[in-house]
Amino acid sequence: MVITLIVVSVCVFVAFSLIPGDPATRKLGTEATAEQVAALRAQMGLDAPLHVRYLTWITSFVKGDFGISYQTGDAVRSLLAKRIPVTFFLALIAFCMTVVIAIPVGILTAKYENSWPDRIVTVLNQIIMSVPPFFSGILLSTLFGLILRWFTPGAYVSYDTSFRAFLGYMLLPAFCVALPKAAMTIKLLRSSMIEEAGRDYTRTAYSRGNTIDGVMYGHILKNAMIPVVTFLGMALADLLAGSIVIEQLFSIPGISRTLITSISNRDYPVVMAVIMGIAATIVTVNLIVDLVYRAIDPRVSL
Amino acid sequence: MRAGRRLAAVCIMCLILTAALGACTGGRNGGDTSQQASSAQGASSTADSGESASDAGQTDAAQTRDDITIGIPQDIDSLDPHAARAAGSREVLFNLYEGLVKPSSDGELLPAIASAWTISDDATVYTFTLREGVLFHDGSAVTAEDVVYSIERCADPEQPDTFQSALEAIESVSVTENGEVEIVLGAPDSEFLAQLTCAIIPAGNATPAQTPVGTGPYKYVSHAPQQNLVIEKFDDYWDPDHAAHIRNVTFKIEADVNTVVMELKAGTIDMFCRLTTDMYTQLADDFTIYEGTMNLVVAMYLNNAHAPFNDARVRQALCYALDKEEIFDFIFDGSGTPLGSSMYPSFGKYFDASLNDTYTTDIDRAKELLAEAGYENGFTFTLTIPSNYDQYVDMSEVIREQMARIGVTVNIQLIEWNSWLSDVYGGREYEATIVGVDASTMTAAAMLSRFRSDASNNFVNFNSAAYDTAFANAKAAVDDDEKTAYYKECLTILSEEAANVYIMDMPNYVALNPAFTGYVYYPLYLMDVAALRPVN
Repeated sequence: MVITLIVVSVCVFVAFSLIPGDPATRKLGTEATAEQVAALRAQMGLDAPLHVRYLTWITSFVKGDFGISYQTGDAVRSLLAKRIPVTFFLALIAFCMTVVIAIPVGILTAKYENSWPDRIVTVLNQIIMSVPPFFSGILLSTLFGLILRWFTPGAYVSYDTSFRAFLGYMLLPAFCVALPKAAMTIKLLRSSMIEEAGRDYTRTAYSRGNTIDGVMYGHILKNAMIPVVTFLGMALADLLAGSIVIEQLFSIPGISRTLITSISNRDYPVVMAVIMGIAATIVTVNLIVDLVYRAIDPRVSL
Repeated sequence: MRAGRRLAAVCIMCLILTAALGACTGGRNGGDTSQQASSAQGASSTADSGESASDAGQTDAAQTRDDITIGIPQDIDSLDPHAARAAGSREVLFNLYEGLVKPSSDGELLPAIASAWTISDDATVYTFTLREGVLFHDGSAVTAEDVVYSIERCADPEQPDTFQSALEAIESVSVTENGEVEIVLGAPDSEFLAQLTCAIIPAGNATPAQTPVGTGPYKYVSHAPQQNLVIEKFDDYWDPDHAAHIRNVTFKIEADVNTVVMELKAGTIDMFCRLTTDMYTQLADDFTIYEGTMNLVVAMYLNNAHAPFNDARVRQALCYALDKEEIFDFIFDGSGTPLGSSMYPSFGKYFDASLNDTYTTDIDRAKELLAEAGYENGFTFTLTIPSNYDQYVDMSEVIREQMARIGVTVNIQLIEWNSWLSDVYGGREYEATIVGVDASTMTAAAMLSRFRSDASNNFVNFNSAAYDTAFANAKAAVDDDEKTAYYKECLTILSEEAANVYIMDMPNYVALNPAFTGYVYYPLYLMDVAALRPVN
């Protein structure tokens, strides 16, 4: 785990020192003199060689000092502390929506395989999966915002002002993030359940006189959930990526939007902290998925 | 049996796809077609929504609406007026801070913290009498010490964050016996007054980014990065004629320009100042639209040091090949202000419209010039465009076609703004680029000093002894007419030498909720919120 994180940090650090664009030039704008830029570079510590900068950064990072934002002069730590809950709730709501929509629908479509509702869901699924979130985002906010007026586009309320209003605003963006994930989960769960339904143990279970529902929930679902949990684990990590576009579109000041702005501002301390945070989250989620496996499938040992 | 099932599946798929596509076009064209739809049916959803948005503003809060939300395209880079570099920050901070003088909407300089001033005959000593009773937002009175502190903060090259290269000319700032502030320059400069719009902050305030205190008509309330900046009317503002009308103002930061139109229509924001032509056409029905110009010199800037652009005949050939009208038609629905040199009309006396006619589209003349320069078969160059500016990207495509008419091949290369700043602007490693150059102050020097052959910001590497002389003469002249004449000479040289392929100043539109009125265009990149007022 730690090794993964170190590799990520080195890659990102090197990548950002290779791409063109310089934080000092960016900060001082078009009217700066060359001396002014040089002075600011020295002040920011950018004139040191790459490995020295990396070592300085990683030692303070490990100690919990994420540095100071080049752009605002605020501590990265406090800057991110305000953003993390926003993205966390967006991902959480989206994840809950994915599960709540996908699992019942997935089970039903598997149970009534090849019925009309199943076919409609399958076709819809195919469409939803191929629509990128930014497009469904525009579509849904036009529909709910301008036509139905259930939602005010851009009227984001900070969670510390009013948590209810904050959640209310987050529903639609979270739905946009959740939609394609839910579609994929339905598809996966359906096919995995149908596959399990054809196995020997299912036949045995029926022959023992179990009801259809009993076999469905007691035997098939349990086995069919294994690939779905893996997928949901990856989806949770992927929700972070999906939220990049959505945060931008719905002007939600979360982690992803901070990442975009700070990359274009060459605000490296912020970029590094965010990327490390995302990497750490993904590694942790993977670990949790492994643990959940074990809980639902005793055959897996770690 | 199986075939029937498959057929059914295909039918459903088609149905759903049509429905989905129908929904898309409905959503996207909702804005554009509202004129037609409302005249035909009178029940178009967008027309309705527009009305209800303004209804909410007008009936509920009738004349008492004392809050406004203004969308701005980017977050401000600093609340410290001396460290804020982006034009987008300056336009917002203009409402919080003032200098000894401040720009007016007609391009003049008005007394602000200074009530009067005298300039010595040789234009080296500027003496300011401070206005009585000007208060900072924290309630303390502005003193001469505050003025000296603020100006020294900007004139000190040791502090790269706050240093303004334009103030480097200052030799000393001091308080005279009778409490006036005296600024002595190292060399005569009769235009220096324009630099003294530099914000005055309380002496000893070393961190104005954290505690922004100024003397402007609005005071700072809060700033949530990437979200908003809230300001409130300052009740003790010194000038009752320019005091604010609207009490609470929120600048909402718009991450994505695509959402601006939607937020305007939904009533989330009441005003947006940087609308492009196609955004404007979607809003014209429901909003008060103010038309103006961007106040930029948009040109295809050429690296004059790079072959073949080191040959004036080649540069002139490109100017002859350019068809400005075609650009206006393609990108701006036919509107646009043609430019022939590095000056735009809002500058008033320095603008010389006759320079627009130095080159009129003439393909034969262009080919002749290319042949004279030894490029009868044309040549190929790379046009580097900052990719965040859609309009420049669009322009580059029109220009590529126009250049093809004289046998010149253009390769368009899109780069990110930061790379543009470091490689094109700073490093001067490019062949040609399209960008808009603005003026930080209303002085001809702000526009023209960059074309001196030794200027540090001469990113086009323009090199003309005649220009350097004319510019030096203009700078040294104290008499205004003489000065103007020399600046016009500079502009003529830029035009005749074809330093760059000058194109246009772009049209700009401001959309304002009809519940408000009073937007004023400035010839600089400024937004005067105090001028806005509710409709009575």
